[in-house]
Amino acid sequence: MTGHTLRWVAVAVAALVAGCGDKPQQNGDNQVVLIGQVSPLTGPQAHLGKDNENGARLALDEINAAGLTLGGKKIVLELKSEDDAADPKTATTVATKLVDEGVAGVIGHLNSGSTIPASKIYSDNGIPQISPSATAVAYTASGFKTAYRVMTNDAQQGTVLGNYAVTQLGAKKIAIIDDRTAYGQGLADEVEKAAKAAGGEVVAREYTSDRSTDFMAILTSIKGKAPDLVFFGGMDPQAAPMIRQMKQLGLQAKFLGGDGAQTPKFIELAGADAEGALASNPGLPLDAMPGGSVFKTKFEAKYGKIQNYSPYAYDAMHVLIDAMKRADSSDPAKYLAELPKTDYPGVTGRIRFDAKGDITGGAVTLYQVKDGKWQTLETVQNAR
Amino acid sequence: MDIFLQQLINGLVLGSVYALVALGYTMVYGILELINFAHGEITMMGAMVALAVIGALALAAPGLPGVLVLGAGLVVAIPVCMALGLLIERVAYRPLRHAPRLAPLITAIGVSIILQNIAMLIWGKQYIPFPDVLPQGRHEVLGAAITDVQIAILLLTMSIMLMLILVVQKTRLGRAMRATAQSRQVASLMGVDVNRVIASTFVIGSALAAVAGVMVSAYYGLAHYYMGFLLGLKAFSAAVLGGIGNLGGAMLGGLLLGLIESFGAGYIGDLTGGFLGSHYQDVFAFFVLIAVLVFRPSGLLGARVVERA
Repeated sequence: MTGHTLRWVAVAVAALVAGCGDKPQQNGDNQVVLIGQVSPLTGPQAHLGKDNENGARLALDEINAAGLTLGGKKIVLELKSEDDAADPKTATTVATKLVDEGVAGVIGHLNSGSTIPASKIYSDNGIPQISPSATAVAYTASGFKTAYRVMTNDAQQGTVLGNYAVTQLGAKKIAIIDDRTAYGQGLADEVEKAAKAAGGEVVAREYTSDRSTDFMAILTSIKGKAPDLVFFGGMDPQAAPMIRQMKQLGLQAKFLGGDGAQTPKFIELAGADAEGALASNPGLPLDAMPGGSVFKTKFEAKYGKIQNYSPYAYDAMHVLIDAMKRADSSDPAKYLAELPKTDYPGVTGRIRFDAKGDITGGAVTLYQVKDGKWQTLETVQNAR
Repeated sequence: MDIFLQQLINGLVLGSVYALVALGYTMVYGILELINFAHGEITMMGAMVALAVIGALALAAPGLPGVLVLGAGLVVAIPVCMALGLLIERVAYRPLRHAPRLAPLITAIGVSIILQNIAMLIWGKQYIPFPDVLPQGRHEVLGAAITDVQIAILLLTMSIMLMLILVVQKTRLGRAMRATAQSRQVASLMGVDVNRVIASTFVIGSALAAVAGVMVSAYYGLAHYYMGFLLGLKAFSAAVLGGIGNLGGAMLGGLLLGLIESFGAGYIGDLTGGFLGSHYQDVFAFFVLIAVLVFRPSGLLGARVVERA
């Protein structure tokens, strides 16, 4: 083989490789645009992952049925759904795979822990990403231009909680406990800031771990400072024994937690002592969403019961395609510039983004245990 | 003052549970010089078995009084744990009786992992709630609160420890245990069935662990396949603090560790003006442990008592 032929082979191979990823596939006269969706489709959170997938698919099917034309070409959207098993390592592998397959945008991931490492890969390749459910502050704090979310983040939730404790629950003296995890500590810090800003006094700041079950010592110390309210940043396996031990010690303060405590497991573990406990969850309960009942009818006709985040996945897909429509292109480089200008009336509420890619005016809903069940107390719209 | 008294109660309750588990470590060490790392998992198994029985009873006969239900749980959990202890000794430790000391230690860690995984397979990874079968009474003493469960834990551990001392000091089995602890060879020359004595030690230790496991899960209201690990580690530290191999040392070490943790977590933040918070609770406890071991390497009561049990 001469040097000349070798060069031609190299060019041909290069063209082939380049063609694999970037060239849009043709489907008759229509151009196919791939949209990625990532969530845990196996493992203990598989039901939540499938729920997200179904939410995104419902929106995608609707858009296809209505017909989409970008840049004068008829577009058919195709969903590439991948499983990250809620595992950060798998998340990066799957993200790379989607980028290689040439997706134009990604809805996902579900968990903060897997969304954060994947966001770097999408950012490096300029692929816009909208997470329906990741709440960790760090996701949008990295400064990636491609990272967006349609769910209230932990800082916004903490701000609402701290403010609510002082202004609505009338707590003047507040004790704060966290479990020293990124989630618990982050939430507790925001609650402390907001409570102080609202005129509350933080009389105690105590710490535990996400393995502990004994809180008698710190609760006794807290009891000595006679707070009106105890806030705990952490998960239900700690929150439940904590509220039991508060009752045992005769600590007459309200108990407030974040979304880690707002679970059925909390009530199961704490039994009768759970009564009266307060906790928040980002977002709205389904029946309070502007498009909640319509979405419920459409979704349940196709996929059965809604688990949790599917309305957010549905909105995330619509927001992504909405940006493409305004840019009149599915080219990530072109429609990414349109995403910050989003103002979309979604089923979960009006969706607009701030400079970081967080949703502005996102909602946080407060719940209270009454008669052994979490009952909706009220929804607070975030001012930020 | 009421806060001080409350922390004292917290520490004593926590410490007496540590002491009960520490006794299991120290008895086995006294006789075999083996650290039975699977002991914490036997505690967990006790809690899990009792929970399963209580759950089944709650379904089969809902009207039974709580103390009776809990008693039934204990009555099943104790023999199951005894059998488990016997089995572990026979299968995992006896074949290694004359092996280098590192071998049974590694085996102990292996047994601990196996037990955790068995529990995870049977009962799952979830936290399991302990049903409210016990009276939830609270009493106020000089401004401090003490619950019926706490009183029961204190009384139960104290009487069990007294009974254990009586067994070791006054019975034939106790004498054989003390003899075996001093010298296995000489004891067997004197006609002591060493294998039987060692097996009995494991059985007694496992029974104590079962009681401790049930108490812990009743106290905190939950059980978990991983709960034995941290409890075992704390109890082991307590045994070392008191002087491992010494029964009185395990009790003293357990109570002391409970009190240190309680007062440490309760006062460290205020004493250092918030510079060190309650997350230094464990650091504090282990700092005391290291300090004691630097000045008394054999633990608080380790060297003074010749007889080990």
